[in-house]
Amino acid sequence: MKFTWFHLMPYRFLPEDFKDKYRSVWVDIPRNLYDPKVGHRLYNDYLDQLEYADSMGFDALGVNEHHQNGYGMMPSPNLMAAALARRTRNANLVVLGNSIALYNPPIRVAEEFAMLDVISGGRLVAGFPVGTSMDDNFCYGVIPATLREKYYEAHDLIVKAWKEPEMFSFNGKYTKLRYVNLWPRPVQQPHPPIWIPGGGSVETWDFCANHDYQYSFLSYFGYLAGKKVADGYWDVMAKKGKELNPYSMGFAQIVAVSETDEQAERDYAPHMDYFFNRCLHVYDGFADAPGYRTVKTIKAGILGQVGDRAAMVRQDLKWKDFVEQGYVIAGSPKTVRERLREAMKHIHCGHLMALMQIGSMPPELVRKNTSLFATEVAPYVRDLWSEYEDKWSPKRMPQNEIAVPAPVHFDSKQTNGATTRTAAASHAEVRSAK
Amino acid sequence: MITTHQSQGGKYSVELHTYGSGGEPLLFLHGAGGLMPSEPFLEELGRDFKVYAPHFPGYGDSTGTEHIDDVFDAALFYHELMDELKMPSANIVGHSMGGMLAAELAALDPHRAKKLVLVCPAGFWLDEHPIPDFFAARLDEIAALLFHDPKSPAAKMMTAIPEDFKALEVMYVERVKRLATAGKFLWPIPDRGLAKRAYRIKSPTLIVWGESDKLIPPIYAKEFTSRIKGAKLETIKQAGHMLMYEQQPAFVKVVRDFLKS
Repeated sequence: MKFTWFHLMPYRFLPEDFKDKYRSVWVDIPRNLYDPKVGHRLYNDYLDQLEYADSMGFDALGVNEHHQNGYGMMPSPNLMAAALARRTRNANLVVLGNSIALYNPPIRVAEEFAMLDVISGGRLVAGFPVGTSMDDNFCYGVIPATLREKYYEAHDLIVKAWKEPEMFSFNGKYTKLRYVNLWPRPVQQPHPPIWIPGGGSVETWDFCANHDYQYSFLSYFGYLAGKKVADGYWDVMAKKGKELNPYSMGFAQIVAVSETDEQAERDYAPHMDYFFNRCLHVYDGFADAPGYRTVKTIKAGILGQVGDRAAMVRQDLKWKDFVEQGYVIAGSPKTVRERLREAMKHIHCGHLMALMQIGSMPPELVRKNTSLFATEVAPYVRDLWSEYEDKWSPKRMPQNEIAVPAPVHFDSKQTNGATTRTAAASHAEVRSAK
Repeated sequence: MITTHQSQGGKYSVELHTYGSGGEPLLFLHGAGGLMPSEPFLEELGRDFKVYAPHFPGYGDSTGTEHIDDVFDAALFYHELMDELKMPSANIVGHSMGGMLAAELAALDPHRAKKLVLVCPAGFWLDEHPIPDFFAARLDEIAALLFHDPKSPAAKMMTAIPEDFKALEVMYVERVKRLATAGKFLWPIPDRGLAKRAYRIKSPTLIVWGESDKLIPPIYAKEFTSRIKGAKLETIKQAGHMLMYEQQPAFVKVVRDFLKS
């Protein structure tokens, strides 16, 4: 079993009446709800949290891409991965990923991923999501009916740019390049492992199976609701005669560890509420642009992650329901160990993408969650799937060859002021100034 | 009458609706919503014209949407179809997205349109008068965008949301198919450069607008009348974007009078 510490980087201070007052956390979220000074603190807190996860022995650190989104402040996850590449030396960097249909030309992604792979000493996992309808169609204007075709073409170009030993020309429908000559080239040859994050489109299963890519189901519904999609994936794998290797699947799951089950509720319940009722408050009209999902996927009856139907399913859920229905795996270390093992077996998953900073969770609680998980949970679940080989993690440079950044010297006066102010203090200050 | 026409050697299978038997040919280009199985306003026009109303590829039973990338492919689809139907030229009437495509068709080959009628056509974008995002509208918001009176029987009939789950799924899938195709011309902003080409339209042209169109505000009529030489404007009262359903007699009259004059 492998553990990725996955960050969404939410804005932690959406107002209490957000859901009543505004129609969406995504696409048309009011700009005045974002304060850059608070944002400054949050980015730095979040990078601290990822770096802490590295020091606590997580196998990988995960970041992803969203646009105009109040719960995902990473329009460019590559910037976060670049910062992490310098400040970490152990964990792999799972960038899940770059929505490759959005980049013109997509060769930019091949270049930036190659840079990250080189800087990090071959620690990169390259994620290629189709991307959500909110991101691709509404924020970046891609015509829904052409999105998948653009995506496949971008994929072909990027992978070819990594693999081809010689310069070549690429005459695509959406991208035409006379000289494709990737420079620098990735440390991992022929290319970093490719993981495809998905929300449940049936085409993605075929695509992963056909290319032997890892399928990462980024669900916010937990492992019980995720079972239908996981089964769909494993059915496709079985039909194609592929090895049913759990490491060929990743699954995002909210995990919240505390001293006891009761304490877990006290610690995390408000943040679950913030996440589901503010972060996932997405206007239904943005959830699924006509043509974004194929008719095949619609007919498969797979529920979208956001929008009215999704919101209805989790309406009025309380902590107890979130726990029972598997939205969150929470409780004492013992409870979480047992539940996590059962969950990963239930969906046959080898790569857990643990969401450990939920919604409005402050840094000290994130640290506690991370530390308890690393010391009291992970060691007891790690043996799961030991009979399988993980063929989807980076083949990195030997540890003793990975560069160590030179120490930096901050002016102590400046550092003092900046590091003691919390995001909450910045937020309070900004609010009272208004 | 509904027939199937194989176009370009079967590249497209076209669900072709025809009305009337005599008179000059009239080619009707539907909007983003597509055609209903029977269209009373086309039936009325069928009294004086031979009306051809093809379902665009991706709509109804018409196939071949994968061959259409942009307005040029769409215009060529109609050019080929007109040749196959033995119409070197015709009266061309287009509504909304169909108005945009009719304008493109007439601009690319000015001899195709004997007369041209553009009914609250898409095709332009004014920053100071943004067109609401129809694609992001929820089913229960659509009536208010399309109709002068969203509570009228016509509005209710056309925007009814089926209660039966199976029927809802069928409607949803058909809506997705149609709007996915429409997105090729209208997403994310319904402007594909018609302003550069509109001057080439040489046929007598009538612009018809519903006075209370909330989807494409009537101010857009000026974009057409100023760019198409001699274009006339008729505004219909108590009518929104779906004026041919809301004010059918008035609509049919202005179209018929213009085409007959």
